Amino acid sequence: MLLNQFLLLSAVLFCLGVYGVLARKNGMLVLMSVELILNAVNINLVAFGAFRTDVGGSVFALFTIAVAAAEVGIGLAIVLLMYRNRRSIDLTQADLLKG
Amino acid sequence: MFPHLAAGAVSEVSTVTNEANWLLENAWLIALLPAISFVLILFFGKKMPFKGAEFGITAVSISFILAILTGAAWMDHRDNFTLDTYGEKAAVLVDDGAGSAVDNVTLAVGTAAEAAEGDGHAYVAVQKTTQWLQSGGVEFNAGIMVDGLSVMMLFVVTLISLLVHIYSTDYVGGDRRYTHFFAFLSLFTASMLFFVLSDNILQMIVGWELVGVCSFALIGHWWEEKPNSDAALKAFITNRVGDVGLLVGMITLFFAAGKGMTFDTITINENILQGGVSHTALVVAAACLTIAVMSKSGQFVLHTWLPDAMAGPTPVSALIHAATMVVAGIYMVARLFPVFWEGMQIEGSSINFLATVGAVTLVGAGLLAFVQDDIKKVLAYSTVSQLGYMAMALGVGAWTAAVFHLFTHAFFKANLFLGSGSVAHAVHSFDMKKDMGGMRKFMPKTYVTFVIGSLALAGLFPLAGFWSKDEILVNTGGWGILGGSGSAPGSYTFHFVMGMIGAALTAAYMTRCVYLTFHGEYRGVHHDEHADDHADDHGHHGEPHESGPRILYPLYILSAFSILVGFVNFPPGFLAGSKKDPAGWQERFLHFIEPAGSSYFPAVGHATPSWWLAIVASLVAVAGAGAAFTYYFVKVERLAKRTGEHLVGLPNGVTTTNAFARAGHKLLVNKYYLDHLYTGIIAGGTKGPIAKAAYWVNQNVLDGTVDGAGRTAVQSGKLVYEKIDQGVVDGAINAAGRTSDAIGEELRHINTGRVQNYAAIMFAGAAILAGAFVLLLAL
Repeated sequence: MLLNQFLLLSAVLFCLGVYGVLARKNGMLVLMSVELILNAVNINLVAFGAFRTDVGGSVFALFTIAVAAAEVGIGLAIVLLMYRNRRSIDLTQADLLKG
Repeated sequence: MFPHLAAGAVSEVSTVTNEANWLLENAWLIALLPAISFVLILFFGKKMPFKGAEFGITAVSISFILAILTGAAWMDHRDNFTLDTYGEKAAVLVDDGAGSAVDNVTLAVGTAAEAAEGDGHAYVAVQKTTQWLQSGGVEFNAGIMVDGLSVMMLFVVTLISLLVHIYSTDYVGGDRRYTHFFAFLSLFTASMLFFVLSDNILQMIVGWELVGVCSFALIGHWWEEKPNSDAALKAFITNRVGDVGLLVGMITLFFAAGKGMTFDTITINENILQGGVSHTALVVAAACLTIAVMSKSGQFVLHTWLPDAMAGPTPVSALIHAATMVVAGIYMVARLFPVFWEGMQIEGSSINFLATVGAVTLVGAGLLAFVQDDIKKVLAYSTVSQLGYMAMALGVGAWTAAVFHLFTHAFFKANLFLGSGSVAHAVHSFDMKKDMGGMRKFMPKTYVTFVIGSLALAGLFPLAGFWSKDEILVNTGGWGILGGSGSAPGSYTFHFVMGMIGAALTAAYMTRCVYLTFHGEYRGVHHDEHADDHADDHGHHGEPHESGPRILYPLYILSAFSILVGFVNFPPGFLAGSKKDPAGWQERFLHFIEPAGSSYFPAVGHATPSWWLAIVASLVAVAGAGAAFTYYFVKVERLAKRTGEHLVGLPNGVTTTNAFARAGHKLLVNKYYLDHLYTGIIAGGTKGPIAKAAYWVNQNVLDGTVDGAGRTAVQSGKLVYEKIDQGVVDGAINAAGRTSDAIGEELRHINTGRVQNYAAIMFAGAAILAGAFVLLLAL
C-alpha cells in the first residue's frame, strides 16, 4: 500500500500549515492554516487506518473534523470580536499579553 | 437403703457428667435472664410503665421457677442417675472400675465408690463447658457446674432476689434513681448466679468481683450524702484487700493444683485429693483464700465494711449484705473445700486458721451488736457473727452444717432485714433508741414476722436456726462431756465453746433489739404530715402505721421459710430411726447437697447427733435471751412505768457503776478501735510519711524535671527561632523569591505579547520533543 506517499503529503500539508500560522499576519489566514494542520493529521489517521485495515482511523478522522468545526467556530468568533474592537485583524498589533 | 457415705469413699475417677437432664445442662439460663433484664432496664427502663421494675421481676420470677425445676431435676438426678443411662462409653468405663484413669473430666464415668456401694447412686456433678480461648496450651473455659451446692444457691438467690424485687417496688418507690436501682438489682442477681454456677476458678474470680461492684453501687445508691458514698468506698476498698488474697490464692492453686494447665474447679479438687500437690502450696493457698473470705464474708478483722454497708437501701442489705453476696466467701470455701481440708489439715486437728477466724468473729461481732442504736447495724453485726458461724463450721470440717446454716440464715436474716426496713419505712429512721419503741401497736404484722425471724436466728426449737446451729455445734466434735464426739472430723473444743457463747449472745442481742424496737413506748416524733413522696401509700396519719402488702407478703413468705427450712435436714434419730441410720425423711439436705463419695470432695466424717447437746445449747440460748429479757422487759419496763419516762436502759446500769464494764462498753462502742487502726494508724501512718515523701519528690524531682524541661524548651525555642527560623527557613524562602524574581526578569523579554511568537516557541518545543523521540527510538 502507498503509505509513505500519504505520510509525505500529510507532512507537506503540516509544514504549510505551520508556516501559515507563524508567518501570516492576517488572523483569518492563520485560522485557515490551522485547518491545514488538522487536515494533515486527518490524512495521517485515515492512511494508518487503511494501512492496518482498521476502521478506527477513519472514525478518529471524523472526530477530528467535528472538533475542528468547533475550534474554527471559536476562532472566527475571536477574530470577529478582534475586528470589532480594533478595526483590524493584524496579529502583530495584538500584543496585550506583552510581559 | 440410703448411701450414708462414710470416710474413705473418695472416688478415684471423675464423678462428672456432661449429659444429664436438660434443665441441669442449661442452668446457665437462670443467670442469663437477669443479665438480659439488666440490659433491658438500662435501655428501656425509664420508658416503661413501671420504670423497669417489670423487667427485673419477670426475669427473676422465671429464673426462680427454673431454679425450682432445676432443684427437682437435681433431686431426680441425684437419686436416679445411673451410668448406663447415657452412652455405652460410660458403661464400659464403669466395667473397668476404679483403675481407669480418665483424662477428660467431662466424660460420663462411674465411681469406684459407687460400684462398692451397691445400692444408691454416686454423686455425679453436671458440668457443661465451652472453650473461651486458648493460650500457650492453657485452656480458658467458660462453663457451668451444677451440683447440690450450686442448685441450693440458685434457689436461695432467686427466691430472695424475687422477694426483694417485690419489696423494693414499695420501699424505694418514687426514688429518683428507681430504674437505676432495679438495673443494679438485676445485675447483682445475674452476677451472683454466674458466680455460683462457675466451673472454674477464673470464672469465680470474675463473679466475685462483679458482685463486689454491684454491692459498691448499691451501698452508694444515695450517694448525695457523704456517709453513704464513704461507706460504699469503704466496702470497695476493704474488699480489695481481701481480693489480693483471692488472687494470690487462686494463682497458687492454678500452678500447684491445676499444674499450670487448668482452672477447672473439679480437676483442681481432684488433684488435691489424689495427693501429689505440694502441701506448702496448699497452706499458702488456704491462708490467702481465708483472707479473701475475711473481706467478702465479713470476718474479723476485715469485717468493718459490712456494718457501714447498711448505708444502702434496706432491700439491698437483705439481699446482698445478709443473704447472698456476703456468703460468697463461704461458698468459695465450700466449693474449694479440699484446699482447706488438706491445706489446713482439718481432719483430726483441734485448731486451724479458718475455724479460729470464724470463732473470733462469731463472738466479737455478737458483742458489738449490743451497743448499736441503729437496728440495721444490730442485724449487720448479727450477720457478721452468723457468717463467723459458717466460717467456723467449714474450718472444723462441718461442711454440710456450714452450707445448711448458710441456707437457713439466708431466709431468717432476709426476713429480719426486710422487717427492719418495714419499721424504718414507717418511722423514717433506723435509730431504735430515738425513733422507735412500742412499734408492735402500730405494726402488729411486721412485729410477728420480726419475732419469728429473731427466734429463728436465736436458734430456738423448732425454728430453722436451731437445726443448723445445732449441727455446727455437733460437728465441732469438741463436746466430749456431753456424749462424745462421734465421728466428727476433729475435736475443736475452743470453737465449740465459742459457738456456745455465740448462741447465748445471739439470743440476748435479738431480745434487746426486739424490745427497743417493738416494746415500751413510742419515742419517735408523731408526724403530722408526711412531707414526702410516699404519701399516697400511707395516707396522712399522725402515727406510724403498718406497711403495704408488697412489703408484708415477702415478710410472710420469709417467716414461713424461717420456721420450716430447718426441717429439710432432721438429724438421724429424730422422731424415727437410730442415730446412725437416717430414716427416709432425715438428712435430706445432706443427701442432696453434700458431694459425699464424689471425686472432688474429701471424705468428711459426720458427728452423731446428741440430745444432750441440743438441750444444753438451747438452754444456753434461752439463758442469753432470759438475761436480756429480765433487763429490758422486766427492769426497764417497770422503771419506765414508774417514772413515766421513755427509757432505753437503766440509768444506773452496770456500765455506769463498774469501771471495768465501762471500759468494755467503750471498747465496743469504738468497735474494738479497728476503724481507728485502719484509718488513723494504718492509712494515716502511711499517708503522712508518704505524703511528705511525695511532696518532696514533687518539689524536687518532678518540679525540677518540669522546670528543667521548661527552661530547656525556652532556650531551644530561642535557638530555633534565631538560627533555624530566621536563618535557614526565612533565608531559603527569601532566596527562592529572589531567584524567581531574577528569572522572571530575564524571561519577560520572551513575552512579546504576539501570539505567533508563542506559537513558534510551541512548535519548536514540539519539534525538539519529536526529534528526541525519534532519536530515542533509533537508539
